[in-house]
Amino acid sequence: MDLRFTDTEVAFREEVRAFIRTTLPAELRAKVRAGHRITRDETVAWQKLLHRAGYAVSHWPVEHGGRDWSPIQRYILREEMDGAPAPPLVGLGINLVAPIIIAFGNDAQKARFLPPIASSDEWWAQGFSEPGAGSDLASLRTSARREGDHYIVNGEKTWTTYAQYADWIFCLVRTDATVAKQRGISFLLVDMRSPGVTLRPLITIDDAPPGKHEVNQIFFDNVRVPVANLVGQENRGWDYAKYLLSNERTGSARVGISKERLRNLKRLAAVDGDRPLLADAGFRARLVALEVELQAHEMTTLRVLADEHLRGGTTPNPLSSMLKMRGTQIQQAVSELYLEFAGPDGLRVPDDDASTGPGADLDPLQMMATNYFNWRKLSIFGGSNEIQHNILSRSVLGL
Amino acid sequence: MDFELSTEQQMVHDNVRRLYADHYALTDRAKHRASAAGYSAAVWSHLADMGILGLACDGSAAHHEDLVHLALTMEASGRMVGLEPLIATLVHGAALLRLTGDKAQRERWLPALAAGHLQLAVADAEPQARYDLADVRTAARREGTAWRLDGRKSGVANGGHADLLLVVARIDGAQRDGDGLGLFVVARDASGLQVNAHNRYDGQRAADLTLHEVRVDDDHVLGVPGNALPMLERATGLAIVAQAAEAVGCMDALLDLTVTYLKTREQFGQPIGRFQALQHRAVDMLTAAEQARSMSLFGLMMASEADPLTRARALAAMKIQVARSARVVGQGAIQLHGGMGMAMEYPAGHYFKRLTAIETDFGDADHHLRRLGDLGGIFPAAA
Repeated sequence: MDLRFTDTEVAFREEVRAFIRTTLPAELRAKVRAGHRITRDETVAWQKLLHRAGYAVSHWPVEHGGRDWSPIQRYILREEMDGAPAPPLVGLGINLVAPIIIAFGNDAQKARFLPPIASSDEWWAQGFSEPGAGSDLASLRTSARREGDHYIVNGEKTWTTYAQYADWIFCLVRTDATVAKQRGISFLLVDMRSPGVTLRPLITIDDAPPGKHEVNQIFFDNVRVPVANLVGQENRGWDYAKYLLSNERTGSARVGISKERLRNLKRLAAVDGDRPLLADAGFRARLVALEVELQAHEMTTLRVLADEHLRGGTTPNPLSSMLKMRGTQIQQAVSELYLEFAGPDGLRVPDDDASTGPGADLDPLQMMATNYFNWRKLSIFGGSNEIQHNILSRSVLGL
Repeated sequence: MDFELSTEQQMVHDNVRRLYADHYALTDRAKHRASAAGYSAAVWSHLADMGILGLACDGSAAHHEDLVHLALTMEASGRMVGLEPLIATLVHGAALLRLTGDKAQRERWLPALAAGHLQLAVADAEPQARYDLADVRTAARREGTAWRLDGRKSGVANGGHADLLLVVARIDGAQRDGDGLGLFVVARDASGLQVNAHNRYDGQRAADLTLHEVRVDDDHVLGVPGNALPMLERATGLAIVAQAAEAVGCMDALLDLTVTYLKTREQFGQPIGRFQALQHRAVDMLTAAEQARSMSLFGLMMASEADPLTRARALAAMKIQVARSARVVGQGAIQLHGGMGMAMEYPAGHYFKRLTAIETDFGDADHHLRRLGDLGGIFPAAA
């Protein structure tokens, strides 16, 4: 048992820090720190820089451009990026669909899809949830009927993040309605420019201006998808989705983001006028208590990563559900502290123009309530925290 | 980062687990508790034979491995709610002897301790002090070639059983001054010392002391009189680390017990563990226990940290998490057991009571939260 970072890990951290120091534009960093929305172009530009340095897809297998780094190294990479803070990686392609294509796709699909995912030249969306299929995802009804060399897709997907930017969408579709619901689902890659695909923005409670909104409804009306875009075997899509969701959970520990947010709040709360909020005993006690929770969560995260490393990373550690749960609870609690810090000023809906463009007003109070409302989603997506309770109850406690 | 036990650590782990499993069936524990000593003399003597009582728990990086062995022992004890005064004698007391004693003092007392023949108690707390280590009224005055102690101590763990009491007394300064504290070794049979022992709810024993003109010769003074506080804080930090490992053992065992109960107890024609409300509460207990384990490991790592401020922050954070988790797991276990949790003849309550005592000993969550706040928290403010 040696709970210190190794020399290799410490050196790796320095390498990442040096990259960030020389590469991350100061305005972009300030924008992330102030909690402002990052545009599509800013995200793509940043991810291209990451890719050029070999950081964007380091978790992929080496033959597809990945690096042979340990889970702890990947954790350090992520923590440093989030701590900088750099723009959050939009990982729908890189983190969600790519591992599925790598694990279950054929060679043609790998050759066609992986390079533009890695270089962020193609943007992906995730077509899982439907109006009638949320936590009970397997009850999804969007259908794909085989017709020669094509599937004909009909139905509706919802909560699709950044679909307005997407070139492609990966979908779970029903290919057999006569068997148990989990056994009739397939995993399909759909070109967003296909005739019959329409999009409608879903404005969420954080009041994002249209165009900068996060999620959408997508309607499929007799959309023709080549059979070549089926990943793996027909009717095995549920297995692939489960693999994907467990990846999504380990990625939800979000230690670096919460740490950066707390450190930034300490900075703000210490200098607020002549009565710094940090001097308020109640506020300070809650902030410190949250630091303790985050420290514990970080250690739990490292334990899970070290364990996955030891076991070769083939089966996810069942505690990854706990990471998702604690990570999102802590992030939400941090956003509560920001909301309270902002006070009445936080209630002002930000001026759309102020939140973009060079020289934008980066009032730190402006986005605090926005993020508070927006971050309520964290305990809902990727399997709600109540679903994570069910998973832990079954897989760890055996109840 | 490597969280796995080495071969040697695994051996210690297995041995202490077996020792406690062999001696701590529930009926055995009741006998130990009712005995004159209040714990198992056999376990104590085995711990001596195994070298556990000789561990150098002083928080130095050189003896970090000893601390890991201690943590494994504490966890094993916690799993069976052991009653041995490990923290008072081996950690809190012995750490003070190691940190402050001169060569002659260490050679005089530590071998006897390692052999299992010497029991210690640290008499620091006073009725008015709550958890403030500097709040000391007990006075030490120079009288001729010796010191004279007068005052009161309360809730001294192992105080009724210890051969030697390490008494904190003020030689100088006001009641809550950090400077001016001394450490004095007082034998149990010293003239002027009155010891009133009492039982605690967690099965352990403590004592209130009255010191009236107790004479202490210079060879029984530890370190430089006046400078005791930093060493006292250091030793208390180590006690908290030991206590955290014990708490983890307690929580693990109590969670196991509870989950087994949920699987076997039937109501409404099915095991009550099928009900989602109970499942979710059990998962909250699991989560609390895992956070405590994480922080116990964190504390173990940081106990040998050289920078006192970083170390103090880390150990306060550990204590806060352990205390909070102890409450979630303890209360949850009693609730999920229904009426059975209330019965003395069932083990759950004994774990719960020990966990409750652990919350309080060496400062509760609120105390350490205030302290950690005063120290600036864990993470530095952004630049």
